[in-house]
Amino acid sequence: MTYTLEGATGTWEIVVGLEVHAQVISQSKLFSGASTLFGGEPNTQVSLIDAGFPGMLPVINHECVAQAIRTGLGLKAHINLESRFDRKNYFYADLPQGYQISQFTHPIVGSGVVEIELSDGSTRQIGVTRLHLEQDAGKLLHDQDPKRSFVDLNRAGVALMEIVSEPDIRSPEEAGAYLRKMRQILRYLGTCDGNMDEGSMRADVNVSVRKAGEPFRTRCEIKNVNSIRFVTQAIEIEAMRQIEVWESGGSVDQETRLFDPARGETRSLRSKEDAHDYRYFPDPDLLPLVVEQAWVDELKAHLPELPDDKRARFQTEYGITAYDSGVLVAEQAMADFYESVAKGRDGKMTAAWMTGDFFAALNRTGKAIEESPVGADKLGGMLDLITDGTINGKIAKEVLETMFETGEAPLEIVERKGLRQVTDTGAIEAAADEIIAANQDKVEQYLGGKDKLFGFFVGQVMKATQGKANPAIVNDILKKKIHG
Amino acid sequence: MMLTDLTIAQAAEGLRKRDFTAAELTNAHVKAIDALNGRLNAYITVTADQAKEAAAQADKTLSAGDAPTLTGIPLGIKDLFCTKGVRTTAASRILGDFTPTYESTVTANLLANGAVFVGKTNLDEFAMGSTNLTSAFGVVENPWRRNGDDTPLVPGGSSGGSAAAVAAHLAMGATGTDTGGSIRQPAAYCGIVGLKPTYGRCSRWGTIAFASSLDQAGPMTRTVEDAAIMLAAMAGHDAKDSTSANIAVPDYRAACGRSLKGLRIGVPAEYRAPGMSAELQAVWDRGVAMLREAGCEIVDVSLPHTKYGLATYYIIAPAEASSNLARYDGVRFGDRREGASLNELYERTRHDGFGEEVRRRVLVGTYVLSAGYYDAYYLRAQKIRTLIQRDFTQAFESVDVLLTPTAPTAAFGHNEKPEDPVQMYLNDVFTVPASMAGQPALSVPVSLDSTGLPLGLQLIGRHFDEETLIAVGSALEKAADFTARPTFRAGAAA
Repeated sequence: MTYTLEGATGTWEIVVGLEVHAQVISQSKLFSGASTLFGGEPNTQVSLIDAGFPGMLPVINHECVAQAIRTGLGLKAHINLESRFDRKNYFYADLPQGYQISQFTHPIVGSGVVEIELSDGSTRQIGVTRLHLEQDAGKLLHDQDPKRSFVDLNRAGVALMEIVSEPDIRSPEEAGAYLRKMRQILRYLGTCDGNMDEGSMRADVNVSVRKAGEPFRTRCEIKNVNSIRFVTQAIEIEAMRQIEVWESGGSVDQETRLFDPARGETRSLRSKEDAHDYRYFPDPDLLPLVVEQAWVDELKAHLPELPDDKRARFQTEYGITAYDSGVLVAEQAMADFYESVAKGRDGKMTAAWMTGDFFAALNRTGKAIEESPVGADKLGGMLDLITDGTINGKIAKEVLETMFETGEAPLEIVERKGLRQVTDTGAIEAAADEIIAANQDKVEQYLGGKDKLFGFFVGQVMKATQGKANPAIVNDILKKKIHG
Repeated sequence: MMLTDLTIAQAAEGLRKRDFTAAELTNAHVKAIDALNGRLNAYITVTADQAKEAAAQADKTLSAGDAPTLTGIPLGIKDLFCTKGVRTTAASRILGDFTPTYESTVTANLLANGAVFVGKTNLDEFAMGSTNLTSAFGVVENPWRRNGDDTPLVPGGSSGGSAAAVAAHLAMGATGTDTGGSIRQPAAYCGIVGLKPTYGRCSRWGTIAFASSLDQAGPMTRTVEDAAIMLAAMAGHDAKDSTSANIAVPDYRAACGRSLKGLRIGVPAEYRAPGMSAELQAVWDRGVAMLREAGCEIVDVSLPHTKYGLATYYIIAPAEASSNLARYDGVRFGDRREGASLNELYERTRHDGFGEEVRRRVLVGTYVLSAGYYDAYYLRAQKIRTLIQRDFTQAFESVDVLLTPTAPTAAFGHNEKPEDPVQMYLNDVFTVPASMAGQPALSVPVSLDSTGLPLGLQLIGRHFDEETLIAVGSALEKAADFTARPTFRAGAAA
């Protein structure tokens, strides 16, 4: 699907690369023992190391290294057994050491790939250039005092993975799909919670435009965009701005820009001339980070199944469609739920109920699947009642709804409400006789060719049995009786 | 004999024999400090009260028996080591009255070994200098005087306060730190022993950083045996310092007096710098003769990249320093000068807080790391550093220890300092290469020059082979029989 923008001088295509900053899930920070919990009182999760006190030294947290390697493996990327930490030097009040420890020349993870799927069902491979580990900065609070700014160092020193994509992205939709896929992979791996609203996943967006067949033109970097929707908006707005600049005879300057969603514009933050000279050099406080291939292999062996693999497996193992399977693997918890229901049951039927009435009920109650009042065992139990003929599909909808309300087990509801399916042909025959007798005119019409009226008779019998009749038996009996 | 005249080894024995108490030993040193520190300015902070309390505790430990080696021994601590509850300045205004809530690993190790800290010793600001003229807390006077000449002399640097304190018997030993010669050169200037261990031997945690890839703590004492005793207490692996070596600490003291039979001593040709005084050359030759006498084989060796050592050092050390000192910004601790903007706050705080030499090195370091200059300076310096390291590795294939002078001259007057900072840097010419390669090195006082000032020789050893260094050092010490004492010292103050 080719995405282009129309300018006054013709058609433009856009070129986008994304830098994702993903906060690593770990108990403690990248180089200190301080906790990483989100939402603590300001400056309560700060060690002397994070605050840059004299004589303090960083010590690498191996869990963060493991998380970076897991992520690299999840991105099908090359793991560098030897990597290095560098200092990125600049002054700012949220950066206590006066430098950020990062990996500049020797990142822990090399090139990888992310496969994205677009709305038309097509897929594309987006290259990942590299992934490296670095420290997050603290946070400045400007709204606490009219004159002064405060600093909260809780986040200072928390491990981040910076995941840099190749400039392979060609539309806002692809950028959105890439970020969703990245977030899905990170969540599956348990290496980042991917919550963009809490800032634990953020994106810098590099945008340029060009005419078809041209080499890349100058790009601009839009910093710290904090939702997928804003990323797609920012790309479109920035691309249009650049097209206008080029078409009015100007040229785009390489610079860092900010996206203002309220005004729907990007604004220059600093030009290339004002760009920091970060004076990167190897951090002499840290030895090169050397990991053993055996450890990487072990991490790989314990890697959870990734979304693409799971999706493929669901299709073959449970015979469900690519679409359903895509919906079900969107979140790990959903996929786990599906599997524990589908195990030993009809996979297609499970998928139909989950993506249908079950998700609808979750949506209605505003609950995530982890908080569902109806667990996998109850949903499975309900499906079993359908399969063994205790209830029919229509009654099952009622049972599901009651389960959501009361949390009762399905059989309990069936018994309490007397919802067992009527398979007693005598009772159904009696109901059918009554209805045929009362609606002779409709019988005539039906026999005269109005086939659709058959549904009327079925509905009436079901109504007379409070919906509990076995629909197949009702069909049989009615056909026999009407046709004689 | 006065208590302040004892060596650490002698005092440790006397304390155990109850010849005197730790309280008496500490009091004698506190009194000596009271009498002389006003003149020598060796200490920035004297911790007499804490020292007396610690000494009382030491006496209890001693009477209980099984006290660790340094129990009750009064030591000076270079004011670059963070000490819990005691103001730590790095001899800079920028730290204000910063009082750490934590104890550096090295000083914590010494405290665990029973040592009594009598005070924090003066130094060049942030350990940057070879004279102690750059301290924000005033210059240190070398306790030595030239014969018949009252000109105040520099004690060397940066651990000049420690050297002066030990030489003047204001402490039995002191900690120093050495980045390019900061233990060895002041030891030579003050006629004492200074040992820079192998990089990684002592933890850097809690020591204010100058140049992280070079900084190393070590002991400064009046005898080689004392240095061995102190190093054993200071050294050891520390999980809090990623560059600390996980290698067991041997019994350094046992290496004192060990036979030197069959040891090969290298004499590097490149250290015969043009312009070396005949007197220094003669001292070096005497040292060679002493070691030959002691049973060593003398071998001429070559360290071909020596001539690049100083230039390389003055790129790498400032580069690291420019980054290490970025944290002194007035935001979280230390002195702050307010400003209308954050940048103004930084500029004013750092301009007023840092002295001229520190500012110079931060600027040099910033320059050599800048885009466009990094390859020409920093990267090239790193490559040469590798070559210097290779020089040592190759030399140690054929010899066990290298013998060189420690410094090109004896101590000079406060007013005789070269105007050109680059001339000043030449003081480090013999000490810098071992720092660049991380080798352990020991300065031993050998004789007095014609003006009556001490001259030292330097022994450089293999990585983590401080024992051989100590064995050779103690033989050199014995042969040199350096018994001269400075003009200003406890009980002999002029």
